[in-house]
Amino acid sequence: MLSSLGSGGGKTAKPSFVSYVTPEEIKSEKEPYKKENQPDLLPGEVVFCSACPVLKYSQDDMSQRGVFGTLLCTNFRVSFVSDEVQVEETCKLFKNKLYGENDIPLACVDNIYGGYEDKKKLITGGLLKNKYPSKIIVHCKDLRVFQFSLTYSKEEDAKKLCFTGVLDHNNVVMKTYLRSSSIDNNAVCFVEMQRKERTMLFDCLEDWTQDMKRTKGNCRLVTENSSFELSQKLPQFFIVPLNVTDEDLVKFQGNGLPMWCWSHHSGCALFKTASLPLMLTAVAHNHLYSVKTEDLSDTLPTIQDIQLSYNKFKQFFLIDNTTEFWMSDMKWFSSLENCGWLDMIRQCLLKAVEVVECLEKENTNVLIMEESGSDLCCVISSLVQLMLDPHYRTLLGFQSLVQKEWVAGGHAFLDRSNQLHLKEKVESQSPVFLLFLECVWQLHQQHGPAFQFSETYLTVLSDSVHVPVFATFLFNNDSHRANVLRAESPSSQRGPLNCPSVWDWSVQFDCRAQDLFTNPLYAQKTKQDRSQRKSHRPKHQRQLSLPSSAFKTPTKKGFFKDEADSLKKILGVKRISRWMLSPSSDFPPMSSIKEFYETWQAKPLDYHGMLLPCLDGPSIRVWMQRYLRWIHDVQILGGGPVAVLSKVSELLAEVQELRSELDRHARTVTSNHRGAIRTRAKTAPENLARSSVRLSSSFPFVTSRNWSFKPAIPTSMLQSLMMSEVAGDLASREDDGSEPETVV
Amino acid sequence: CVHLNRNTFKTWVCPSLSYLWPTVGYSDQWDDLNKRFSPPLTAKDVTYICPYIGALRGTLTVTNYRLFFKCTDREPVFVLDLPLGVVSRVEKIGGASSRGEVSYGLVCKDIRNLRFAHKQMEDSLRKSIFEVLMKFAFPVSNGLPIFAFEYGQVYPENGWKVYDAQAEYKRQGLPNESWRITKVNDHYELCDTYPSTLVVPVNISDEELKRVAAFRAKGRIPVLSWIHPESQATVTRCSQPMVGVNGKRSKDDEKYLQAIMDANAQSHKLFIFDARPSVNAAANKMKGGGYESEDAYQNAELVFLDIHNIHVMRESLRKLKEVVYPNIEESHWLSNLESTHWLEHIKLILAGALRIADKVESGKTSVVVHCSDGWDRTAQLTSLAMLMLDGHYRTIRGFQVLLEKEWLSFGHRFQLRIGHGDKNHTDADRSPVFLQFIDCVWQMTRQFPAAFEFNEYFLVTTLDHLYSCLFGTFLCNSEQQRVKEVRAKTVSLWAYINSQLEEFTNPLYVNYSNHVLFPVVSMRHLELWVGYYIRWNPRMRPQEPVHQRYKELLAKRAELQKRVEELQREVTNRSASSERAGSPTRSITPVQTFV
Repeated sequence: MLSSLGSGGGKTAKPSFVSYVTPEEIKSEKEPYKKENQPDLLPGEVVFCSACPVLKYSQDDMSQRGVFGTLLCTNFRVSFVSDEVQVEETCKLFKNKLYGENDIPLACVDNIYGGYEDKKKLITGGLLKNKYPSKIIVHCKDLRVFQFSLTYSKEEDAKKLCFTGVLDHNNVVMKTYLRSSSIDNNAVCFVEMQRKERTMLFDCLEDWTQDMKRTKGNCRLVTENSSFELSQKLPQFFIVPLNVTDEDLVKFQGNGLPMWCWSHHSGCALFKTASLPLMLTAVAHNHLYSVKTEDLSDTLPTIQDIQLSYNKFKQFFLIDNTTEFWMSDMKWFSSLENCGWLDMIRQCLLKAVEVVECLEKENTNVLIMEESGSDLCCVISSLVQLMLDPHYRTLLGFQSLVQKEWVAGGHAFLDRSNQLHLKEKVESQSPVFLLFLECVWQLHQQHGPAFQFSETYLTVLSDSVHVPVFATFLFNNDSHRANVLRAESPSSQRGPLNCPSVWDWSVQFDCRAQDLFTNPLYAQKTKQDRSQRKSHRPKHQRQLSLPSSAFKTPTKKGFFKDEADSLKKILGVKRISRWMLSPSSDFPPMSSIKEFYETWQAKPLDYHGMLLPCLDGPSIRVWMQRYLRWIHDVQILGGGPVAVLSKVSELLAEVQELRSELDRHARTVTSNHRGAIRTRAKTAPENLARSSVRLSSSFPFVTSRNWSFKPAIPTSMLQSLMMSEVAGDLASREDDGSEPETVV
Repeated sequence: CVHLNRNTFKTWVCPSLSYLWPTVGYSDQWDDLNKRFSPPLTAKDVTYICPYIGALRGTLTVTNYRLFFKCTDREPVFVLDLPLGVVSRVEKIGGASSRGEVSYGLVCKDIRNLRFAHKQMEDSLRKSIFEVLMKFAFPVSNGLPIFAFEYGQVYPENGWKVYDAQAEYKRQGLPNESWRITKVNDHYELCDTYPSTLVVPVNISDEELKRVAAFRAKGRIPVLSWIHPESQATVTRCSQPMVGVNGKRSKDDEKYLQAIMDANAQSHKLFIFDARPSVNAAANKMKGGGYESEDAYQNAELVFLDIHNIHVMRESLRKLKEVVYPNIEESHWLSNLESTHWLEHIKLILAGALRIADKVESGKTSVVVHCSDGWDRTAQLTSLAMLMLDGHYRTIRGFQVLLEKEWLSFGHRFQLRIGHGDKNHTDADRSPVFLQFIDCVWQMTRQFPAAFEFNEYFLVTTLDHLYSCLFGTFLCNSEQQRVKEVRAKTVSLWAYINSQLEEFTNPLYVNYSNHVLFPVVSMRHLELWVGYYIRWNPRMRPQEPVHQRYKELLAKRAELQKRVEELQREVTNRSASSERAGSPTRSITPVQTFV
């Protein structure tokens, strides 16, 4: 249950940041700042520079009204502090504890543009030498757009701000901050970890053992790398096929090792590997089932493609002004198609469905591979597990999945997000993890009740990648993480550095806000369901209880002879892997996938069984909450998904209430308490319904309170259009053709 | 009800028909029919070439109402059941093939095409079943009555009583000190395409109305559609003024519009929304029509809404059908969709209605809406604006009133636009104007999922019976034409719908009737209505997991409530038997928002 996350440990984890800024740097900061013009700094956060007064344009207004205030740059964020007294009551519900609505964590800054007269230019170091812009526009990675006018502030201040603060964020500042950031270890960050139900971090033996046990996998747990003796790239712990020997581990130095991801109840399993599949035979040997291999780079986009596509895609939502927005509205569909982002999502989901088909229908082992073994392999393997294993659709299960496949799996979060804005790392920057979350969102919107977590949870998670505080997203792999955290500790008088995990949501949100992470529509498995399932699958239960040796000689797939030499096996493997882009394959894979989907679709939907996404054109959508939440003109006031969710939450609360009442009654009846009858307590549950008419489609990220209840009327209704071709003469025709039509 | 021409009535009963034929007392009726009428026309060994499954061999039956194809070779049994009313055209495709088969294509009004094939008749005198089908599919062209006149189902409610103009105006608080109900059109003498009950400004006499009618196309004078309960700002509708190339003026018309403006004390301005693109409005001057010049109409501001005409819309739907049926080309889905301009038209219509609603609600200003004749685009705009402004129209019965009022009584020409029973499928008068309106309503229900009492199935059902010719609701072109025969001899669609409201109710409905809904008319929020346009594709089966889940929860709540009540009763009985003590205590239990 989610509430355990937030309510855990009475005392909330107060992050504290230790500064390692050199004395000179600090000295230069010693200029007196007016106290009231500072944000509430986090411990260890240091203000580098500021400019005042700065005019912040309010985004929601066409008339370019703004608010005066101070713009500051610290080692954690760019912050705007308004001169106007903030009305305190403005929606505390979904407040992020680390940064406010006018704060931009430095890692969240995407691009900064300078406004020169009426031109907008991307600011680079060189450009600024000559003149500083009168206006700066900040595009954030969470898709917020800020516009600040510097015309009213002292030129000196503004210049300094631009140079040291906002601009140099791409090297010095960020580096200092990142190296110095630390969360006080004494805080109760990991109290929740003690609980029975927890997010498995896969940083210890037990987690791996437990997950293998849960899926009834039968593989070998490798502990030889616990201090990275085998390889820096490999995780501390991992699982390989049984018959991978110690010599193999040493010989290949971890290259091409098939790493176990997940075991299907039929006994076959999913593996992933980096670079060439040198150990292919090992997997083939594993259960003596056939194995299908798939080189993901054959069909899926490269990480550079992903980055390029996303760069185009995000531009549709980084809107500077209303006119621009409505102009782009006209060619919305074709622009969307041209950037190819939705198609990449579709391709990933399709690939995952293909793997699912192999595991589920053909019960063959699958080995996915790519050069790094930690980008698209992570996307596909985690999607496959989400589709097949309902455990990963719970909140804790999903977090464990991300830990297993992405964090322990060695996805290079630091390089891919390039939080340090390093020039030399630009090429390795790519939103691979976001692509995965997009795919999850597609599954979520198609099969909502199958997921315990909400859309809001996914959106928040996608934002958290750019908050440079969490150990989860700060490193490239296990050894990197271990090295950095260990290296920092001696120089500090405190204990070892201990960045919190992003899963410790109390670092960012209070309990009430965390309630929004659960999906009220989640169809939780009832006891009834569980017993039904058992009776439904007696066969599997029996199979699973058998030692794997019992089906080492599979009857129907017995074409692999025991004594077959490994060469033959490799050939055999190649022959049956129908994805190998061989045009000679007997049947086109697409038709098989289609059939697989249709067969599944024809059966009644079981939210705790296998889930497949519909991939047809209209089914792949834009993640509205994430991308449209900050754009005023598309907020549906009084509508949007929250209208449904609040209604459902309300009903759920009533059901809950009735249940507890029933319990009370049951107790009363059995214990025969005298006079303990209660009239139905009509406690109005804390719900959103009362105010749902006032909420908007960007709930909970933006409150509509500040906005006028006026509809957004398209400003450019001029028909770009249209009617140029065939319809040309139709447009000028009269509605009621007075001329007699020839009867055909 | 009269039972005419029943000799081809079908004799079997199929469970899948319950959708169109509610079970209320129908088995008796069928038995009765079985005895009295000869069997329907049936052909065996017909192949239906399904674009999704492939060729299916089965039996084809044609009645005076439907086409029914059944293939029992597969599991589950494949059934195709369609009212002949949806057939737009039947064509023979090519000659006899090498296997001696002839092939027929049926183009349907509901975004699908069907293809059948069967063996060439050895006896050339015998007609193919499809040639027979032509007769019943197009009864009007063949001098036969439309099936609605033969449909004898009795429903508990008389759907024709759903709308009573007087009652609806009374609900709006009319007549009042500024608006009166006139009887001038009681016998459709002022305007034969208008309803008999009209609401006009108090200080305009019936004589003046007649002079205004002379200046408005087809005599469709400005009349009230809706009045704001607080500000008294009104939505009025009419046709274009007969300005012509010489810029003719009418003092009566000018006075009339001034009177409309004066009826609203809140504003000294009047907005005239001309639904057309300005070019088209200007072009109409050549034919005697045109638009209000701002010189002639003081204090009036004219706004063009740029909505295209019926021909453009028809072409757009044709393209859309090409894109969605039978299969979607995945890689170019979005650009293909864009090229149809369908959603762009939807956006313009919604944007127009939004501007009207905004002027009335936020600006407290009265508006006059017209296009050329005021029965297509005008109906779309006024009804959508009213849907935004007035929560009553978002209930099931309220929506029926809205359709009866703005569309049916004000003379949207359903017969011409749909072409009921008419084989002339190229008729330029056909256009999906009403479909567009329902699409716009659907877009609004997507944006405000809890604001409408009806569900998606209600909208789809309404559209299905727009074509089915089972009910009399959408027959004819005007109230005048309908009032004579249709009301007496046919069943209203609302009788069918209101007799099983459960099916059509949105479980999430929250009655916040006082709220004005302003939909977002950006392409970002508009989407193609998959549940209607792509519903024939089995891969795109409509899913409403939310509704399903919600209904489960409702059932759960009901069950728990029952159990609590039972227990309460039990406890009461026990404590009553023992001595009475203590007063009921209240306790507040912590409520979790999830189970």
